[in-house]
Amino acid sequence: MSNRDQILQTIKNNQPATASPLPDIDFPPDVSKPACDKFIEALAGIGGASHLVKDYEAINAIIKTAYPQAKRIVTTCAALPAGEHLSADADPHALDNVDLAVITAHFAVAENAALWVTEDIVQQRALPFITQQLAVIVKKEDILNNMHQAYQRIGAEDYGFGTFIAGPSKTADIEQSLVLGAHGPKTMCVFILSGK
Amino acid sequence: MSHSDKDHPKLAEQFNADEPRVDWHDETLWWVRVKRDKAARSIPEWEQLRETASRIKNNVLANLSEYLIQFEEQATRNGITVHWAKDGKEHNAIVLGLLQKHGIDRMVKSKSMLTEECHLNDYLQQHGIEVIDTDLGERIVQMRKEPPSHIVLPAIHLKKQDVSDTFHEHLQTEKGNNDPQFLTQAARIHLREKFLTRRAALTGVNFAVAETGEFVVCTNEGNADMGAHLADIHIASMGFEKIIPQRRHLSVFLRLLARSATGQPITTYSSHFKKPRKGAEMHIVLVDNGRSTQLGRKDFRNSLKCIRCGACFNTCPVYRRSGGHSYHTAIAGPIGSILAPNLDMRKYADLPFASTLCGSCSNVCPVKIDIHDQLYKWRQVLMKEGYGSTIKKMGMKGMTFTLSHPGFYQFAGKAGRWAMKAAPFIINNKLNPWYKQRDMPSPPKESFGEWYKKNRK
Ligand code: SF4
Repeated sequence: MSNRDQILQTIKNNQPATASPLPDIDFPPDVSKPACDKFIEALAGIGGASHLVKDYEAINAIIKTAYPQAKRIVTTCAALPAGEHLSADADPHALDNVDLAVITAHFAVAENAALWVTEDIVQQRALPFITQQLAVIVKKEDILNNMHQAYQRIGAEDYGFGTFIAGPSKTADIEQSLVLGAHGPKTMCVFILSGK
Repeated sequence: MSHSDKDHPKLAEQFNADEPRVDWHDETLWWVRVKRDKAARSIPEWEQLRETASRIKNNVLANLSEYLIQFEEQATRNGITVHWAKDGKEHNAIVLGLLQKHGIDRMVKSKSMLTEECHLNDYLQQHGIEVIDTDLGERIVQMRKEPPSHIVLPAIHLKKQDVSDTFHEHLQTEKGNNDPQFLTQAARIHLREKFLTRRAALTGVNFAVAETGEFVVCTNEGNADMGAHLADIHIASMGFEKIIPQRRHLSVFLRLLARSATGQPITTYSSHFKKPRKGAEMHIVLVDNGRSTQLGRKDFRNSLKCIRCGACFNTCPVYRRSGGHSYHTAIAGPIGSILAPNLDMRKYADLPFASTLCGSCSNVCPVKIDIHDQLYKWRQVLMKEGYGSTIKKMGMKGMTFTLSHPGFYQFAGKAGRWAMKAAPFIINNKLNPWYKQRDMPSPPKESFGEWYKKNRK
């Protein structure tokens, strides 16, 4: 018998015989506050910043003034004129000197300020991690309440890589003092597109 | 560092030699526990979430072999290569084989308690492979040639001046600069160079989804992603109990994990790896290493539900005052004390006794493992299996007391749980048998009984 079969056989012999049906996942969303307000609050709590904006032009204007030091700005958002657009075939190592990446997210989650991003919209898996600073654009109507809604929205979607990003990279491994910017972005800002 | 000739009470005594440091350790972990409480309380359906998570995991245990086959099928279809290892040795050999096949002799690794359990780093080093741990806490302890002392906070036993000294020695940082911001920046520069130059990355796995063949890795630092997305080959090592049935179940576990671990609403990154990057390879090693045996132990199989959040460590009065290294096993704390004897009863006979059985661990566990009951049951098994003399030889003052007065601890546990809510300072001091045993504090002005009578209304 192969290793695999042996392991599986022992597991089969030893796993409990009692049936344990899967529970329902039925958690009503907390609607005590508008999702957008909750998201902004949660984001501030984990070290992120947010801007409510009405269109891409407004985003452009803020990027110009808020990141004066940024030399290399990369964006994967087609609607954004500022910044270099990335090809999916680029060598991810060449992203090491990116100062600011501006990406879009499929949706955001109010309860924890996480944003769902997949490979097809960032082009390069490494981009949101290797950049020194990160800005993410999300539509206001795409702010969901909780993680259950998030996975309902993801459904059976096929992706090579997907990630929830919540705030700048951080560590508290030295005496539990929080430091922003462990290996990934040192800052994170979310543009909430309200359309009006 | 080997502790083979040491047992928990002796090692705890060593840790207790530096009293202010022990106090700091105790208070800091308690503070993490308080943050967890705050996060839990912010979710009205918290208890229902725990119950749901626990029931999903029960379902996993009852259908484990089927889920693993399904996962293998899906992952393979996604282009991931699946390997099976019956023990740590096989796991290590598989990893080495993959690296050698690609002619790679340097690798970055993000946090994986499984590789600690398998002693992968030592093994690879013996075979000429350099491994760099990239989690900041793990990198610190790696430089110091120490094992992590906590599954979530690997360097929690160290103070910032220790880190400063270590970095001064290894990274030539300014001597005496203890600023965490400065030290983290130094590590960032040091490790970024590694990420950019290493062709292989190994990560752990938090959850693997049978339905889709994807696996999820959670970090705050982004080190797992930095490693994996820049490497030609990504190896993920996983204890097979990390499997969950469906993708939507991630919603339950991701809501619980970080809140239980550190009080954060979610880790900064929850990365879902489903297919290898174009031109790169992705491998997953499914490891048994005693897990199938534990699955067959009716009283202890629930320990396999663990999602490694570390909440039971932070709340445990014994862990907080004895430190992770006193458990002389990769996974310390209450849950480690249940997992270790399954692997080697003789070597770890002391661990189920490193507990007051106060039950606080079971109360915080996000997947509702009956941790303190299992510790109690292990004690009985160990006595029955003839390890009583081994245990006695350890000269465990507190332990003999525990054995002869189980009723006291049950009482202390109940009262303790109540008092922890009402007056945590009492637990941290007078009621905690660990504290008492250590330095006999001046007697309280009124006995706990009197205090309780007066304050219970
Ligand atoms: S036993 Fe429970 S509380 Fe302890 S680490 Fe595992 S999941 Fe967390």
